[in-house]
Amino acid sequence: MKYIDEYRDPALAKGLLDKIAGLSKKIGQPVTIMEFCGSHTYAIGRFGIRNMLPGNINLISGPGCPVCVTSIHDVDVALHLASQKNVIFATFGDMLRVPGSHGNSLQNTRASGADVRVVASAANCISLAETNKDKEVIFMGIGFETTSPTIASTILTCHKKRIPNFSVFPVNKVIPPVVIALIDDPALNIDAFLCPGHVSTIIGTNAYEPITQAGRAAVITGFEPVDILEGIFMVLAQITKNRKTVAIQYSRGVKPEGNPRAREVMTSVFYRGSSEWRGLGTIPESGLLLKESYKAFDALNKFEVPEIRSIEIKGCCCGDILRGIKTPNECPLFKRVCNPLNPDGPCMVSSEGTCATYYKYH
Amino acid sequence: MCIGFPGKIVSIDQDNYAIIDISGTRREVCLDLIDEDVTIGDYVISHAGYAIHRIDEELAKDKLDLLRELIENEIY
Ligand code: SF4
Repeated sequence: MKYIDEYRDPALAKGLLDKIAGLSKKIGQPVTIMEFCGSHTYAIGRFGIRNMLPGNINLISGPGCPVCVTSIHDVDVALHLASQKNVIFATFGDMLRVPGSHGNSLQNTRASGADVRVVASAANCISLAETNKDKEVIFMGIGFETTSPTIASTILTCHKKRIPNFSVFPVNKVIPPVVIALIDDPALNIDAFLCPGHVSTIIGTNAYEPITQAGRAAVITGFEPVDILEGIFMVLAQITKNRKTVAIQYSRGVKPEGNPRAREVMTSVFYRGSSEWRGLGTIPESGLLLKESYKAFDALNKFEVPEIRSIEIKGCCCGDILRGIKTPNECPLFKRVCNPLNPDGPCMVSSEGTCATYYKYH
Repeated sequence: MCIGFPGKIVSIDQDNYAIIDISGTRREVCLDLIDEDVTIGDYVISHAGYAIHRIDEELAKDKLDLLRELIENEIY
């Protein structure tokens, strides 16, 4: 097994599509399924899944792209930190072109002299800090439960090695509080959720119970075409039988209990505090902040951040798109002004952003 | 961004870092977050420089066979 090709098997996909067609006919009514993982949005676009489905099955994208949900104010704070003297600002590449106020981005800031580096892992900052002792290495902590344990683990290592010149700008977020906010959104009417595969690798099934308690289906789904189709099929099966449970389609990647060790690492370093999401506003308990005992690794503790008045991008509908109430086609700037080479909003920057996916594949 | 790659462990060093092979590409990943014992030859899912899950090969195979069978036999 390679765990890739097997899940792109056209015969399996065709078989599942037939089953989906059968069940959706039986259900008859429209079914709205939200995927709230950027990797799902990307895969659904890339493999053209939306167009293969029966007319009454409606897939909508939610707030699952960590870059996209980062608030413009947090982007502005990142830009401020990156332009401080003697700072190396390390970030995942996705963040580089995300626009802050006045069209500034980390990329522009770098062009005007700031030392901004792209890293593939928070752990890369360890050697970066060790070889640049006269500088402060700040890592931009974005991502959900999949990524947060990796950042927490890096902090633990730096703590153990007594590395004084590393810190994190914490904007990490957790998924469950947002899902709960979306279930109750009267503008949406979601029947089911495709829950994110790799977030669930860490958190397991428990966190999604509120979905099924609210009478909606929930299926933790993988990222290959066969996975996504099977996930949709399992959703429809739950609806037909009227029995809603948190099911795992992606069993090769997710155990019901998740990964307790990774969770332990995460909760030893971070606590849950309120966090601002683009489009969704401030949601209590949805962000990860550094615990008192690790405050020495908090960039916001080390650097003074002045009051910044952030200005939302005029005309950009990313907020509504992240809530699932608009599609990119409904944004007046989509394709006319805003495109991947000249993105106005974050949803067009990240390859997992809904606008970028629609631009490329629809 | 939560993308995870399935890869096969090729070697493990004394600092608990492993080299994994992802369809021919080799990457280094830290094993500090994985919650099971892993050895050379195991498949793991990695994300942002860390292995986060060991894939149970038997289970994955069974599940795929079952899916094929159910589709072919129209039971699902
Ligand atoms: S098309 Fe561009 S401007 Fe419109 S919502 Fe998407 S990112 Fe924002």
